[in-house]
Amino acid sequence: MAVLDVHHIEKHFGPTRVLEDISFDLEQGQALAIIGSSGSGKTTLLRCLNFLEKPDKGVISVNGNVIFDAADPATQRESEVRKKRLHFGMVFQSFNLFPQYTALKNVTLAKELLFQERPEFKANKKAILEEIQEEGRELLAKMGLSERANHYPSQLSGGQQQRVAIARALALHPDILCFDEPTSALDPELTGEVLKVIRGLAEQKTTMIIVTHEMAFARDVADDVIFMDEGVIVEKGPAREVIEHPREERTRQFLSRYAES
Amino acid sequence: MMEFFTSSTFQTVLSALNSGFLKTLQLFFITLLGALPLGLIISFGSMSRFPPLRWVTRTFVWIIRGTPLVLQIIALFYIPGTKKWFYWPSGETGRMIAVCVAFIINYACYFSEIYRGGIQGVPKGQQEAGQVLGMTKLQIFRHITLLQMIKRIVPPMSNEVITLVKDTSLARVIALQEVIWMGESFMKGNSGIAGLVWPLFFTAVYYLIFSGVVTVLLGKLEKKMEFFQ
Ligand SMILES: Nc1ncnc2c1ncn2[C@@H]1O[C@H](COP(=O)(O)OP(=O)(O)O)[C@@H](O)[C@H]1O
Ligand SMILES: [Mg+2]
Repeated sequence: MAVLDVHHIEKHFGPTRVLEDISFDLEQGQALAIIGSSGSGKTTLLRCLNFLEKPDKGVISVNGNVIFDAADPATQRESEVRKKRLHFGMVFQSFNLFPQYTALKNVTLAKELLFQERPEFKANKKAILEEIQEEGRELLAKMGLSERANHYPSQLSGGQQQRVAIARALALHPDILCFDEPTSALDPELTGEVLKVIRGLAEQKTTMIIVTHEMAFARDVADDVIFMDEGVIVEKGPAREVIEHPREERTRQFLSRYAES
Repeated sequence: MMEFFTSSTFQTVLSALNSGFLKTLQLFFITLLGALPLGLIISFGSMSRFPPLRWVTRTFVWIIRGTPLVLQIIALFYIPGTKKWFYWPSGETGRMIAVCVAFIINYACYFSEIYRGGIQGVPKGQQEAGQVLGMTKLQIFRHITLLQMIKRIVPPMSNEVITLVKDTSLARVIALQEVIWMGESFMKGNSGIAGLVWPLFFTAVYYLIFSGVVTVLLGKLEKKMEFFQ
């Protein structure tokens, strides 16, 4: 059974159709790369999965349970959206770290707030908070940031900030981790450290969707690749096959632009 | 020289100026107490998703910010009675209430623009980052956006508050007996003293000390927020 099932998603902004009949699924432990030129709807697709945008049509299922059905308002209740979001983690292009918190607090804040709502929190407050802290430190260590736990975002390089953002997304143990061009806002010499971390996650079989312009990275790290153009999926298949031997003319044209540069 | 400071004239003037300054302080704090929350409400109106409310609020703010405070004080104090709409309480109390109302409305409008800038200045991505981490709207406001807004609001707010220190003197236009009115009174005649020029200029000392203290305190607040960007 697929972890994620996306069925016939469609999304308009006013009169413009940004996503059209998007369907794909994702198996546990797989990494899916989404490629495509700017404006093709990649960000919007990730935002639909994270309930930051509401699709006009379509169904999204996680672990076989429908979490969103455009035709069924019962699946869209605001009170449940919050819990459903936790199936997904999101790493933004521009990091969006909380500037007033240290790297560690950025990682632990959401979990602390989540646990505060539980009935057993009051009685075991100290132990629970310590455990969350410990886990946060471990995550930062995994990102190679042990020394930076008490730094504020403004004291970190872009690459370090993005790694904190990845740790922050991992802290809530999402079923599917989404990356929206995680290295596009970085200086070229800093992309390597972030890609290395994502590669490590793929080796540990983290289920991921990665929107990226790093073609070699997508080819080597992703299991499958989706090529999007003007809101539709033009081609999808095993990563190496799509990137090295695209079947569609539009995919070929897109990839040739990357080969030249 | 020492004899001057111990003279009964100096003592009389000083206690008159002190009582005037007390009114200045009253007006200052009442204005802040009223305008800080009212400004927030007005800023919500000016950002409303309901266009008529937004339009009405912004027009009101434009009128208040585009006309002199003195004019607003005079209008608010004299027009209701002249038109027989309602009457302010008589004497100094009535003057104080009218002036406070005018100041609160005027400063709330200035503050509302500062709040609006602060609120809209927090990048949308901050809220979205909180949302995807499963936080509620209230949690996002309390733990993420609030402090970032305050950091943006404090510097322009400090400017307004320091302006307010000096603007309180405008209350003398309807003869509220604040510190400048008191100082001036010794030129015309007060407590048997007349023709004295120095009390009026001595009021400057009060303002300098007052605005100095306010500047230092707000500077401290600004410093407190410097730990993040
Ligand atoms: N909030 C929005 N309102 C209106 N149009 C939008 C909005 N967000 C994105 N779009 C439009 O949707 C299209 C797809 O955008 P996006 O998903 O950001 O593409 P990509 O991430 O592939 O560059 C673009 O034409 C963009 O202008
Ligand atoms: Mg994008």
